[in-house]
Amino acid sequence: MSMSGTILYLDGVSVAFDGFRAINDLSLVLDRGEMRAIIGPNGAGKTTMMDIVTGKTRPDSGEVFFDGQIDLTRHDEAEIAMMGIGRKFQKPTVFENHTVEDNLLLSLKGQRSIFPALFYRSSAADRRRIDDILGVIRLGARRNEPAAGLSHGQKQWLEIGMLLAQDPKLLLVDEPVAGMTDAETFETARLLKDIAETHSVIVVEHDMHFVRELGVKVTCLHEGSVLSEGTLDFVSSDERVVEVYLGR
Amino acid sequence: MQFVRGLVLAIAVICASLPSLAHADEAGLRALLTRLATTTNFQETESVVRDLAATGEPAVERILSALADGNLYVRKSDQGVFTGKEDGQTLSLSDPLDGTAAGTAAKADIVKVKVNNALRRTIRDVMGGLTLGSADPTVRLSAASTMLKRPDKTALPALDAAIAGETDATVKAALAQARAAAVLVSDLGEAEKRAAIAVLANRGDSDALAQLTAFQAASTGALAETAARSVAQIETSMAAWQVAQNVWYGISLGSVLLLAAIGLAITFGVMGVINMAHGEMVMLGAYTTFVVQQAIRAFAPDLFDWSLAIALPAAFLVAGGVGLAIERGMIRFLYGRPLETLLATWGVSLILQQAVRTIFGPTNQEVGAPSWMAGAFQLGQLTITWSRLWIVLFCLAVFLLLVFIMKRTSWGLRMRAVTQNRRMAASMGIRTPWVDAFTFALGSGIAGIAGVALSQIDNVSPNFGQGYIIDSFMVVVFGGVGNLWGTFIGAMTLGVLNKFLEPYAGAVLGKILVLVLIILFIQKRPRGLFALKGRAVEA
Amino acid sequence: MIARRLFSSDRRIAVTIATLLAAAVIVPVLNLAVPAESAFHVPSYVVALAGKYLCYALLALALDLVWGYCGILSLGHGAFFALGGYAMGMYLMRQIGARGVYGNPDLPDFMVFLNWKELPWYWLGFDHFWFAALMVMAVPGLLAFVFGWFAFRSRVTGVYLSIITQAMTYALLLAFFRNDMGFGGNNGLTDFKDILGFSVQASETRSALFAASAVALALGVLVTWLVVGSKYGKLLMAVRDAESRTRFLGWRAENVKLFAFTLSAMMAGIAGAFYVPQVGIINPGEFDPANSIEVVIWTAVGGRGTIVGPIVGAIAVNAAKSWFTGALPELWLFALGGLFIASTLFLPRGIVGLWDRWQQMRATRAVPAEGKAAARTEPQPAE
Ligand SMILES: Nc1ncnc2c1ncn2[C@@H]1O[C@H](COP(=O)(O)OP(=O)(O)OP(=O)(O)O)[C@@H](O)[C@H]1O
Ligand SMILES: [Mg+2]
Repeated sequence: MSMSGTILYLDGVSVAFDGFRAINDLSLVLDRGEMRAIIGPNGAGKTTMMDIVTGKTRPDSGEVFFDGQIDLTRHDEAEIAMMGIGRKFQKPTVFENHTVEDNLLLSLKGQRSIFPALFYRSSAADRRRIDDILGVIRLGARRNEPAAGLSHGQKQWLEIGMLLAQDPKLLLVDEPVAGMTDAETFETARLLKDIAETHSVIVVEHDMHFVRELGVKVTCLHEGSVLSEGTLDFVSSDERVVEVYLGR
Repeated sequence: MQFVRGLVLAIAVICASLPSLAHADEAGLRALLTRLATTTNFQETESVVRDLAATGEPAVERILSALADGNLYVRKSDQGVFTGKEDGQTLSLSDPLDGTAAGTAAKADIVKVKVNNALRRTIRDVMGGLTLGSADPTVRLSAASTMLKRPDKTALPALDAAIAGETDATVKAALAQARAAAVLVSDLGEAEKRAAIAVLANRGDSDALAQLTAFQAASTGALAETAARSVAQIETSMAAWQVAQNVWYGISLGSVLLLAAIGLAITFGVMGVINMAHGEMVMLGAYTTFVVQQAIRAFAPDLFDWSLAIALPAAFLVAGGVGLAIERGMIRFLYGRPLETLLATWGVSLILQQAVRTIFGPTNQEVGAPSWMAGAFQLGQLTITWSRLWIVLFCLAVFLLLVFIMKRTSWGLRMRAVTQNRRMAASMGIRTPWVDAFTFALGSGIAGIAGVALSQIDNVSPNFGQGYIIDSFMVVVFGGVGNLWGTFIGAMTLGVLNKFLEPYAGAVLGKILVLVLIILFIQKRPRGLFALKGRAVEA
Repeated sequence: MIARRLFSSDRRIAVTIATLLAAAVIVPVLNLAVPAESAFHVPSYVVALAGKYLCYALLALALDLVWGYCGILSLGHGAFFALGGYAMGMYLMRQIGARGVYGNPDLPDFMVFLNWKELPWYWLGFDHFWFAALMVMAVPGLLAFVFGWFAFRSRVTGVYLSIITQAMTYALLLAFFRNDMGFGGNNGLTDFKDILGFSVQASETRSALFAASAVALALGVLVTWLVVGSKYGKLLMAVRDAESRTRFLGWRAENVKLFAFTLSAMMAGIAGAFYVPQVGIINPGEFDPANSIEVVIWTAVGGRGTIVGPIVGAIAVNAAKSWFTGALPELWLFALGGLFIASTLFLPRGIVGLWDRWQQMRATRAVPAEGKAAARTEPQPAE
């Protein structure tokens, strides 16, 4: 396997918590511009994989490379985010006391040091960008309300909006449609496909309709390693996958 | 050589039989006493002193020490000799031989038997030899150690005799050491001295060191070299004992820290709550001890030795009860807000302090020590006070009891479950509010028990708890939460570290250094030595 | 421009600043120019007392910047206050010159008493006011920077952080008690004579110090307001509410906290510097951990996470303390303890929060529907 041309390259990654192997010799490669859906039963290690990529958890062994040559295990969360990896959490995490607009403002791509933030004056370009995103995530009417007042689904949207504002090279999206109606799910799929035109994306989701809607290559994780990989039809007809999902 | 040995032997035999030969009856002693009443100068007094000593009677000791202290008087009216104790303008007299009271006398009616420093020295010297023959082994032992400190070659015969007649092994060894010291200042031959050096080297304490160093300075040649070697040997062994002493002090301090901190560790570990009123729980325990002792003094003075045993459960109930009230009345409304809990419990601590100050007054209260806590004993060159030893043992007992509760009882199981994952525990049907209340009461109760023990080594005042609270925090933070062994090791490490830094840096600077070290340590391991891991903890 | 923004966007802050500036003028006038028998005369001791309260208010405001806005509960802010105070005290000591008891022109009395022969190096420069003024900010700022740099980088948070800030001030307390530190041991620094050439005892100087404290507090309010209102301020609150989320957005949360912590320590140092000439003494007692916790309660009572709250809280609690210690000294600790409990249990948002609620309730009575909506979305300050 060659690393160049890949946006994300995991090889032989393992991590254990107090002896429990959450990720076990996991290898996964994502090409530039690719969108990948990851499925797997609860506790398969999907979120933990994202923790490893974003620097929250250090792997015990294995290689994690971003953009062909950057060793992610040597960097912390903030550095990794600055390199261009954005993340949406499984449990929507937004700044509840801030308005919707301020949530986006803090996510907006750009300088991340203290003094520029202290003397920041909003520019026309920034305002336009925020307006655009508010339009996309359909929260324009609530821009000045605290995020705490949003519904679960709206928070999901807001978090996706924050991802857009960050404009990363690689997006890690953990269960984006949990708690959404069918119509919203469909909208989200459309939005993600739009994003995937210009970005690399990994989506974790349990909702198979949504995964089918995305229509991309699927990886099924189980007990911390790849169980099966291919089109959704291929994966879902794989006996081992069926066994894992239905229980033995 | 042969001759010398024979002579020594002969003298020894004579001396050994001296006490029985010279055994004078009471009348003889009284006659000597009368002579004391008529002496006109110090020489005469001295000769009487020597004659008295020659009788070897145990009663002579009392007379001589009274004389040395200037407490021996002669009644003008009848030339009777008495020991006197000043009592205002009059003196209460007693018989110098058997100590029976003999009425009082006005100061004008009696004269003091005069002593000067030379005479006091003579008395001290003869008394050393005299007490060698005492029936009480502890007296003989102290006589031997006095003679070791002030070796006198003329005492050699008496020492030899005493060694020959001694049955108690410890006293015998001490006598041999005293003899060795005397040999070093005598004109005896090299072989004798070499043996003496070996004996002293074996003793290996600072007294032996002093004798050997003096000898080394005064002698030359091979003997001086041997002495030098022994001095070096003693110095190393004394350094080792010094380390041991520091370790003991450290363990003792560590136990105090552990006692104070362990309740805190439990509440912090299980509930994630810093109880700033923890120190006041300790204080309540100490005051409970005080009240229990007052009651015992008033109603059942015989039970005083049991006062601590009675105070223990009382303190547990008082502090535990107050803890329960705090938890039910306040803390349970503040779960999930650890910083606010910290502030609210600080408020409680202020109120408790002031309440105790209002009830008992701001001054220190006198908490007595039962007889079995008093005194000290010697272990090699370690001096160990009983109170410290009991506290260390008590601390270990409390610790092991807690470990047992946590590891072996169902409450402990529930507490550990809540520590590791509160939400999961709750969904498994564990009533977390109950666990919290119980934990808090237990932690507070343990603090109360700690107060009973700490009342023995510290002044009991309303600020009692404040002295411990920051140190307790340091122990908990250093040891890590959710693990009793972490607290144990944390407390002992900090105790020993403190005591090892003290000689170099002084007590205050040592403490500052420890604080700084902990602050730095927390940077390395933000959750202490033994930290719990896992998502539930990180969240 | 700032003034326009101030008046258009935040009336309450504007009123506070205006009040402080007015007090800086009016109180000295009432003290100095109005005759003593007049009802409007403000006695000198009231001026000194009020000046002290203003210093406390600035300290509380400094604490609020890190606790209310960034969630760092520092139990060691008294240390920064005391360090600022010591820096000022050292300047005042040098101004005594040869007028000490021992009449030594080169050494302060306590050094003569300790038989020291020359001034320790760290006392050099304190003859100059500008140098002392610099140190008032630099020393607390540097300590906070170093401490924070270690603590925040290794992600010490929550009660752990609180406890080690407490350990920090405790260690300083022990250190300053030592005579050989060269700061006067447990007597501290006192018997000041002059400040900038004016006698510290004179009513004119006292009035001037009061006015200066008021202006300093007004500046503190302005700076805090500007910081909190900036994008950085939003970031600060974001770190308070969801620290790890800010990291995943690429922000260095440790630097965010470090800046606030250092700035706050400098503000606390300035408060200490104004405090010392007004009370005439600085001693190690100021490092007592209990003092630092008391500052927390001023802030909590007033309302943390607001700018006016800590000021209101500091003045209210200290006024109560002055009254209690005069009238019912026995009861003060009960009252203070009760305040700690009551304000955490019943007044999580302090007096200012209560005021807001009351205003809202009035509004609700007027326009019921609108008021309810506002109440629902009202943000809750996180822990
Ligand atoms: N920090 C941690 N400490 C301890 N165990 C952890 C930690 N992080 C993850 N785990 C464990 O690793 C396993 C994998 O968790 P992970 O959250 O990655 O699963 P998942 O595939 O995202 O599941 P789900 O579909 O439910 O979100 C779980 O058993 C979890 O308990
Ligand atoms: Mg997951």
